[in-house]
Parts: sequence; structure tokens; C-alpha cells
Amino acid sequence: MDKIWLIIKREYLTRVKKKSFIIMTLLGPFLMALAIALITYLGMSDSGPQNILVVDDMAPVFDRLEDGSNYKFDYSDMDLADAKKLFSESEYTAILWIPEIMDGERSSRPFLYFKEQPSGRVIRSVEGKIEKVIEEMKMAKYGIAKSDYDKVRTNLTIATYKFTDEGEEEEVRTEKTLVGFGFGLLIFFFIMMYGIQVMRGVVEEKTNRIIEVIISSVKPFQLMMGKILGIAMVGLTQFILWVILMFTFVSVTQTVLMSQKDEAMLNQMEQVQTVQQMQSGEIAGADDFNPFDLTDPDNLINRINWPFMIGLFIFYFIGGYLLYAALFAAIGAAVDNETDTQQFLFPVMIPLYIAYMLSSLMIENPESPASFWGSIIPFTSPIVMLVRASMGIDSAEYWQLALSVILLIAGFIGTTWIAAKIYRVGILMYGKKVSYKELWKWIRFH
Amino acid sequence: MNNILETQNVRKEYAGHTALNGVSIEVPKGSIFGLLGPNGAGKTTLIRIINQITMPDSGTVLLNGEQLKEAHRSLIGYLPEERGLYRKMKVGEQCLYIAQLKGMEYKDALAKLKFWFEKFEIIQWWDKKVEELSKGMAQKIQFIVTVLHEPELLILDEPFSGFDPINTNLIKDEIKRMNEEGTTIIFSTHNMSSVEEICQDIALINHSEKILSGTVREVKNDFKANEYQIEFVGGLLKFTNALWTGASLISSQEIEKDHHLATIKIPDNSSPNDVLTNILPHVQVRGLKEVLPSMNDIFIQAISSNTKTA
Repeated sequence: MDKIWLIIKREYLTRVKKKSFIIMTLLGPFLMALAIALITYLGMSDSGPQNILVVDDMAPVFDRLEDGSNYKFDYSDMDLADAKKLFSESEYTAILWIPEIMDGERSSRPFLYFKEQPSGRVIRSVEGKIEKVIEEMKMAKYGIAKSDYDKVRTNLTIATYKFTDEGEEEEVRTEKTLVGFGFGLLIFFFIMMYGIQVMRGVVEEKTNRIIEVIISSVKPFQLMMGKILGIAMVGLTQFILWVILMFTFVSVTQTVLMSQKDEAMLNQMEQVQTVQQMQSGEIAGADDFNPFDLTDPDNLINRINWPFMIGLFIFYFIGGYLLYAALFAAIGAAVDNETDTQQFLFPVMIPLYIAYMLSSLMIENPESPASFWGSIIPFTSPIVMLVRASMGIDSAEYWQLALSVILLIAGFIGTTWIAAKIYRVGILMYGKKVSYKELWKWIRFH
Repeated sequence: MNNILETQNVRKEYAGHTALNGVSIEVPKGSIFGLLGPNGAGKTTLIRIINQITMPDSGTVLLNGEQLKEAHRSLIGYLPEERGLYRKMKVGEQCLYIAQLKGMEYKDALAKLKFWFEKFEIIQWWDKKVEELSKGMAQKIQFIVTVLHEPELLILDEPFSGFDPINTNLIKDEIKRMNEEGTTIIFSTHNMSSVEEICQDIALINHSEKILSGTVREVKNDFKANEYQIEFVGGLLKFTNALWTGASLISSQEIEKDHHLATIKIPDNSSPNDVLTNILPHVQVRGLKEVLPSMNDIFIQAISSNTKTA
């Protein structure tokens, strides 16, 4: 037992003392936030200002189209055929053709010809502008006053509630599953990162031949478990430091915002919001909230059951990691160098990727049978169960959580048992390309 | 208890081939024991079994008369043929780690390491990473960690490969010193000249079986061909004629004029005394010496005859 501690200590300290670990731990959360912000920004931003030529067959009806923030309209007397001929040499980025029968009564649609696809937002905005003109046209035709129209106009979103046996009603939001997905993703990356580290460590000991000295002092199983547990502690250390960093960041931001939030500012903000909503033709739902306002008790960050989620995360991280790390260790033992690991890595990665894909689908549809099975089977449950748990688990589902936990524990005991057999034989085997058949023999006969 | 180590009928099979087929060896306490054999004979497998790295399929291994157990690991020091260290780890740190795995206390290990590092004049390497050292330097470190915990039984697998002559002598002296202080040493090699120089007992393994064992003297006696070297002054022809009673001349060389060195073979029913009686009237004998086969000859002879019968 003393010896396994020595091994854990070495595996832990050599990694934690590395510069790359310290840098990654300090910068990790910022880099991650930066990456998410960058992806969101790039996904949402438009390619560039659009210069749209309007070919209006119903002129002058659509002369009133307002320019948008990111695009402007130009008008011409040309017909569509001429406009198309000139299009490629012109500076216009798109042609908007409004056919003759665009009066909102007959079925017809405007056409947009473009050189490069404008973003969905630009297209929706242009649609809105055209709709507005047609609506005004119809109001005039049927004699409806603008004020009457505004009164009847309705816009709603359904408020969704989950009904549980305790009689509680709890709101279900995509945002919550997103948090679960975030946790699942973190487990996915932790298993990959640290699992690969286990494999590398084993390959290293094998290729630099220190293995024989070590296993003349300790049992191979002690060495394997020491390595797996030591690296697990590196992962946990990193996670705990990240949580501390993130919570410090959030609470600092919250206190700063709280102190600044006086009445005047609040009013100002609400005015700005209302104006924005009116402009975009939306009417605010009662439960609308600003995801960036950390002082709002309804805010996402304040509505997740964090102790529960972090507890589950730690259990499923350790369980999932142990399950996969044993397999990674076995792969490391079965090969002579890292380039040979590919053929064995593939089948180990597949269930991980399946779990990842399953949980990304669950953001939209959290309670499918696939998500049930995914959260029970030990190879996928560490990732999938966290997405489920983020929406809250009611008492009727406790047995599922218990089953998933028990199966995961049984799962990692099983993979460790199998891996230990492969490991014991593999670490002393050199210069031989190992096949699956060979591995099976090791498991059966040793 | 005379033998520190005994293996009895040890068998080990790997998928498809037998690595050890009922091998029994006895290593006397305090001896330097040569475990010999060509590559792939099963030496390393036997050593791994003694080190509890692998388990035998059948047969027993006794250390100090007891079945091998976990606690025995700290009584053995093992220098494998293929050796290595963690490349990214500092020398001192790494030595402490390996010493503690062998069951040493931190303080004890530190004190002894300092002693060895000063003895080998390498204290300046303490904080260097292993990857900064040359291969020979790393070998020295490896030797130190093998003997640091003062094992009762030291197993060295081809210990001199990779050492330059100066370091080879350094290590040889250390081995001899430790042996004088009571350490038993098993020395696995196919370098026969070093066997002759330092081993008292040997076992020869070929094709997974032990084909020869005993003290070096015994083995040599078993293999001697009744050959003698005679130095004499006188005519070679006279000498040859005098031999006719049975002994035959194998080779001769003239050192000076009428001064010869001849190698002869004496048949089993005769003795050197008979030969001397025959030749004394004819030549002046300056010396007579029995020719014993070298370990190298024995090695080759034993293995080729074993391979033929196998």
C-alpha cells in the first residue's frame, strides 16, 4: 500500500509541477471563454455590408424599403434580365427581385440573387421590411388604422413546465441542458486528455525500459493503478482550481454589478430594451431575462443546482475516467510506441464520441429513449447522465440514477480487471505487433 | 542453509513456446554465480521469475529456504539487460523514488545515495535530468540504484554492456567488494572471459533447459580432454618416438633451437607419469602443465552437442 502511494505521488507531482500544467490551469477558463465567445461571434456576425439592388416590378410600391444596419438598398428601372447581366461586374452584392404580383393576396415570393450567401439575420431582416410594406399596403386597402392593427397584433412564446411527483413545477429550459452539455463536454475532454496521458505514461515506461526495474519492486497492478489514480488527481486538481477561479470571477462580477445597479441605470436599461424590442417587432415575454445580468436571481447561473451538479460531475468524472483510463493503460502496454496506438484507440474512442453526439442532440430533445439508455450504459453514462441531471432528477427517476451509478462502478472494475491482464503481459512484450486475437489470448490465459 | 536461492523444476510456457522446461538451479550463499546461455535460451525468463516479475507455470523458487513472497523483493537487487530511467526526471529525485519503491526509508536512501554519488564523483549530476546524461553516465546511476538497498542477492543481466573499460573495472571492483562483504551475485552473461575471471559457480541453459552446472573447476574437469603441455629441450623427432606408448602429439612449436612446446593427448588408461617415464631418457623436460578447456570452449561444445541431440 505504501508503494502505490509512492507511485501516485510521483505521477501526480511530476505532472503538477510542469509549466504546461500551471499555464493551462490558469489560462484554461479564459481560453475556453474566449473560444466560446469567438465561435459565437463568428457564427453570428455578418460577412460584410450588403449592397442590394432592388428590381421592383411593382414600382413605386417598394421604394420605401428602409436600409438595415448592415445593408442598404439601391433602386433601378432595369428589368431583371438586364440587372442579372450587369450583376457580376457591379458592386452590388445581391439583387432583390420583387415580382409584379407581390401584393400579399396572390401567392408569390420575392427573390434574392446573391454572390455570397448573406447571413440568416440579414435575410430575416429584409423579409421583415418587405412584410411591413405589404402590411401597410393591406391596411390601406382594407381601411385598418395603424393603431388598431398594433392592438390586435400578438406574439407569444410557450412557457414550459415540468410536472414532477412532488407536485413541484419546474421550468425546463434549453439553457439548462446547455449547462449539462457543458459539464458533459468537460468530462469528455478530461477523459480524453487524461486517458491519453495514462497511455503515454505507460508507453514511456515501456520504451525507456524502466518498467522492468519498477516491476521488480512493485506488482504491475500497483504500478498501473498508481499511474491511473495519480493522473486522476491531476485532473481533479485542475478541475477544482477551475471551479475556484470561475466562482471568484462570477462573484466578483456580481458584487461589482450590484453596487453599480441604481434605479437610474435600471430605468435606462429598460428603456433601451423596450425600444430595441419595438424596433425588431417583438413583444417581450413576461419571463424574458438577460443572460448576462448576473444579479438577476432568475439568471441561469443562479438557477442551476450547482452542488448537485458538481457532486455528480466529480463522481462521473472519476468513474468514467477510471473506466476509460484502464483501457488506455492496456493500449499503452500492448504497443511498442505511440504510433502503433491508433488501431486500438479507435474502438475505445467510438463510445466516447457516441456519448458526445448523443448529448449534443439532447440539448434539443432531452428525454428520448436514446438519452435514457445512454445515461445507463457505463461507457456513455458519464457524459449523457450529466445532461439529464442538469434538468433536475425527480424522485421517480432516482432508481435510474442509482442503476447508472452502480453500473458505472461495475464497469470500471470490469475494465480494470481486463486491462490489468493485458497490461501484465504487454509491458514485457517487445518487437511484436499485437493483434486483437493476441489480446484475447492474454485475457483468457493469464 | 547453504543455498541462498534454489529453483526446483521451474516451467514457464508462453503462447506457442516453452521458455523454461523444468529448470533447477542452486545458488550457494556468498558465491558469484554465472547464469550462462545463448540468446533466447530462457535466462531472462528465469531471472524475471526470481524477481517476481512473472510467475512460473509450475515448480518452486526458494529464497533462503522460503517460497518467494512479496517481502523478498527488497532482498534482491536487479539490473536488467535492457535498462532505462525516466528521461525527464531529475537524477537525485529518481534515485530516491526507486530506492523507496525497494522499501528504503527516505532519509536512509538519501544518506546512502550521497555516499555513492560522492564515491563515484558524480554529485554534480544530482539535479540534472536523465536526458542530459550520456549513456555511460546513466548506466552508473542505474548500477547505484540497483545496489543501494544493499540486497542479499544481486542479479546482474549483462552488467558490462555499454560500459567503457574504465567503468567496467570500476563496476567489477564494486561487485567483488560486495561479494567479499557477503552479497551473493548472479551474473547472467554470454561473455565467457568475465565468467572465468569472477564466477565460482555456473549453470548453463540452452533451449529452455539446464544442460550444465557446478563449480567452474568441476565443469572444467568434466570437459577436460586429458591434454597436457610439455616444454622440453631436445629433438622433436626423439620426443615423438618416445611418445609411442599411447599419447599422441596434437601440436608443437619451437621456441628456440631445440627448445619445444608440445601439446599432447594422453589416453584414459594412461597418465602423465607414464608419459614422463617414457620421454625422460630422450629429452630434457622443462615443464608439464595440464591444459584445461576455456569456458568459451565449454560453452560452445556443450551447446553444439546439446543442439545436435535436441
